[in-house]
Amino acid sequence: MEYILNPWPWYISGPLIAIVMALLLYFGKTFGMSSNLKTLCTIGGAGKFSDFFRFNWKDQVWNLVVVLGAVIGGFIATHYLSNDAVTDLNPQTISELQNMGFQNAGATLVPNEVFSLDTLNTKSLILLIVGGLLVGFGTRYAGGCTSGHAITGLSSLQKPSLIAVIGFFIGGLIMANLLLPLIF
Amino acid sequence: MKFLKFLLIGIFFGIVLVKSEAVSWYRIYEMFRFQSFHMYGIIGTAIASGILFLQISKKGYIKSIKGASIFVPKKDNGFIRYIIGGTIFGLGWALVGVCPGPMYILLGTGVYSMLIVIAAALLGTFIYGVLKDKLPH
Repeated sequence: MEYILNPWPWYISGPLIAIVMALLLYFGKTFGMSSNLKTLCTIGGAGKFSDFFRFNWKDQVWNLVVVLGAVIGGFIATHYLSNDAVTDLNPQTISELQNMGFQNAGATLVPNEVFSLDTLNTKSLILLIVGGLLVGFGTRYAGGCTSGHAITGLSSLQKPSLIAVIGFFIGGLIMANLLLPLIF
Repeated sequence: MKFLKFLLIGIFFGIVLVKSEAVSWYRIYEMFRFQSFHMYGIIGTAIASGILFLQISKKGYIKSIKGASIFVPKKDNGFIRYIIGGTIFGLGWALVGVCPGPMYILLGTGVYSMLIVIAAALLGTFIYGVLKDKLPH
């Protein structure tokens, strides 16, 4: 039981993620989590504004069911399969984050300084909105996210996905190394 | 019942991403600061296992449930959309620490501010859809 309650090592987690991709392909679908954002836009009536959203969303309901499952999975994992172990971060990461004003790095999944609704201020609200906008716009522009490009695309040896993943890292490196220290 | 299997796959995915700590904002920060192997290990072994699965299925040893070949849709050719779109996504990924899967999973773990991120991501997707024809691809 301890093996389940403790955080799982990378060499177990990676292959398990590949199983998610394999199962979806087995059932004739594709692993790509960002598609549901497009589907939700369509259901919300975005087809009135762009033909990009004009498609039969009922064909994508399975995708929304995966999303619903993911929410439930997150609930089950934290409530029944965890022992509140602190994320085993690099000590240097922890001290860097402390200098930026993040207390208790790794004690929770996300820093309360940005994500807690109790301490939500204008700055954290703007960060959440800007972050979400970049993720939503960027994934659609690039035609996929981590699951669609980094996992499915690279596993099937597709060059467009390699370019997209290089892009992911350009953006991520700029944010983590140049912009975050300016923001915090 | 048709959707039960997708619900179970989603639940499994959510559990794996929490237990692997891939939904942790801190793990994403650590990855982009090159201070830990953890995320590289996860993504690397996922891709290696994925390549193995797809190569075996390509040889015809694994078929889909309907007996057809395992099929991965081909991405459109292009460069600009992938590099620019990818960079824009990467900026957001490192800022809020989530990609489109984990934002839902974290909602399940009780991080309710993810609703703000999800709403903004929907708006971002909508903006792309409206501007699509004016953007270089």
